[in-house]
Amino acid sequence: MIARLKDAGLAGLAAFGLSLPMLGLETIDAGNGKLGLATHFDRVAITVAMVFLGRLFLSRVRLPKLPAKFQVTRLPAVHIPWAPFFIVLALILPVLPFASRYVVDLATTVLIYVMLGSGLNVVVGLAGLLDLGYVAFYAVGAYSFALLAKYLHFTFWEALPLAGLFAGSFGLLLGFPVLRLRGDYLAIVTLGFGEIIRIILINLPPVTGGPNGIDVPRPSFFGLAMERSVPKGMTSFAHFFNIGFDPMQRVWFLYYIVLALLLAAILLIQRLRRLPVGRAWEALREDEIASRALGIDPTKTKLSAFAIGAMLAGFAGCFFATRQGFISPESFTFMESATILAIVVLGGMGSQLGVVLASLVLVGLPEVGRQFAEFRMILFGMAMIAIMVWRPKGLLSHRQPTIKLSTIKLPKPGAGV
Amino acid sequence: MAYFLQQTINGLTLGAIYGLIAIGYTMVYGIIGMINFAHGDIYMIGAFISVIVFLVLGAAGVTYVPAAILVMLLASMCLTALYGWAVERIAYRPLRRSPRLAPLISAIGMSILLQNSVQLLQGARDKAIPPLIQGGIVLMEQDGFTVTLSWLQILIIGMTVALMAGFSWVIAATPLGRAQRACEQDRVMASLLGIDVDRTISWTFMIGAALAAVAGLMVTLYWGVADFFMGFLAGVKAFTAAVLGGVGSLPGAMLGGMLIGLIEALYSGYFSVEYKDVSVFAVLILVLIFRPTGLLGRPEVEKV
Repeated sequence: MIARLKDAGLAGLAAFGLSLPMLGLETIDAGNGKLGLATHFDRVAITVAMVFLGRLFLSRVRLPKLPAKFQVTRLPAVHIPWAPFFIVLALILPVLPFASRYVVDLATTVLIYVMLGSGLNVVVGLAGLLDLGYVAFYAVGAYSFALLAKYLHFTFWEALPLAGLFAGSFGLLLGFPVLRLRGDYLAIVTLGFGEIIRIILINLPPVTGGPNGIDVPRPSFFGLAMERSVPKGMTSFAHFFNIGFDPMQRVWFLYYIVLALLLAAILLIQRLRRLPVGRAWEALREDEIASRALGIDPTKTKLSAFAIGAMLAGFAGCFFATRQGFISPESFTFMESATILAIVVLGGMGSQLGVVLASLVLVGLPEVGRQFAEFRMILFGMAMIAIMVWRPKGLLSHRQPTIKLSTIKLPKPGAGV
Repeated sequence: MAYFLQQTINGLTLGAIYGLIAIGYTMVYGIIGMINFAHGDIYMIGAFISVIVFLVLGAAGVTYVPAAILVMLLASMCLTALYGWAVERIAYRPLRRSPRLAPLISAIGMSILLQNSVQLLQGARDKAIPPLIQGGIVLMEQDGFTVTLSWLQILIIGMTVALMAGFSWVIAATPLGRAQRACEQDRVMASLLGIDVDRTISWTFMIGAALAAVAGLMVTLYWGVADFFMGFLAGVKAFTAAVLGGVGSLPGAMLGGMLIGLIEALYSGYFSVEYKDVSVFAVLILVLIFRPTGLLGRPEVEKV
């Protein structure tokens, strides 16, 4: 008991030291440009008391281990067809009774992140390359469409493949010199690239609009405009089908575009995983030296993963631009890369379902809890730490190879593919 | 020539600050092999604590500048070291045996948490304090351009050199330093020989945080402002410095810091201010491509 009191006392003391300056003394404007202090010692006292009591009473309480059949890792093996369930849910979402404009808009945002997460999952989850500057490719996709539209009058559908192509080639270009670096170094270099792209976008106002951003045209439905004010020479969607104009039409339209893009991307990834190149990614992730000994070219294999991840980010960026109708470098900060990486890692690296779940948790939930807007990012940071401490391998961690040799009898191989 | 000299002085001052932060990165990387992504934010916390202590001293009526700076320095170092300890205890220690990416993610989470807590608790505006040390020595005058070495720059560089010397002595000659070097070489073996590895790692984080706090105080005195986002860029640049010098090498961190400071100052002096950060990142990329071990680092042997 004495030992526990002492332990809790030390924890309380540490909490006192941590909270006294930052929580207890608030720097405020005291007028005429000078700083003043406001004191909040009550907050310090509450914090210290909470830490002391928490440490005293909770330190011995260990969360009971879940019985094996409830463990989250088993989720794909419970034979609920999760993938079809999510796909059907996504397809019918806009017609569900609770689907207001806000819900469909939010779902569109979540799907963009699922798309980005799936792309980064190829790089980080499958090939094991830590990329902290993924947002660079997202930005390349978005800006290629914006610039193509501004200078060459491309429409969304014409620019979409080019945006993916540009982002993919960009991935090749960046990846070529840096991919032989080890994990952490690669992380910092890619972070550097992400920042370089952002700084260049800010400082090239004549071309990119600089910090003021650039306007982007909306997509059309087979040549039919979806806006209220129809551009010259186009027929509006509402007029063509002889129905009244409703802003919901565009919200739905955008939602289905991103859903289609996402499903195509997932199909592509699932197919690639079974091809030799996809299996080489996973082999390389598990053991680079052994893979090299087996004749896998590490540079080519890594480059292919990097380029495909970049290409998917390019598609996502192109869609993001047309959905927002306006882009600026502000949308492509390091926080964005960190969010996407968090989606991949929290979901469980290499797991497609994990990406969907983590996007719902990280992008969907904060939006729902809007009244805590100030605490949003704090909760986001805490969630990242807590999930890592609780499940260091992510929510759905299965690192089974996508394909196993069929001659070996294994219990339930390839679940969740 | 005069302009070049002035930019060199400014660059070295900046470099001393980067070097102090870089030591935290390089020590932690050496001992547990992870990039402590929240280290830049620890530096930001150090700067904020300096500002707060300055305001407390002002309210208490302390007007003697050297005493005020000394109190700011000590308070900031101690309290920031406590932050360094808490960050390691909460976010990294539970992950000692987990996959390599896990501590990095929790470090990014910690960085987001610290930044946004400070923004919420202290406000998003720049915190400005009046200059405490003014004046300096005029070194030369040429074509109407005056080269000055301010007292503050002398203080920053002198303080950095003194801390480096003291710190090298700690690493080379004290039991703690020996324990740190042992843990860096082989943690399991060190623990078998009776070294408390967790305690050594905690000390490493605390020392790194205290040095970052000195950097935070210096920057606050030098530029006169602190804001909640200042840690991100400074952190990335300091990490670049650590990599440039060779991760794991203390003199390397200092050398790397000085070089990064010089590159940044000279680039913004002669080419463009907008792209000074790009110049630093470009250096990082070039170093990693052509000399991944850094200038003073040991080559790493890949084992199966």
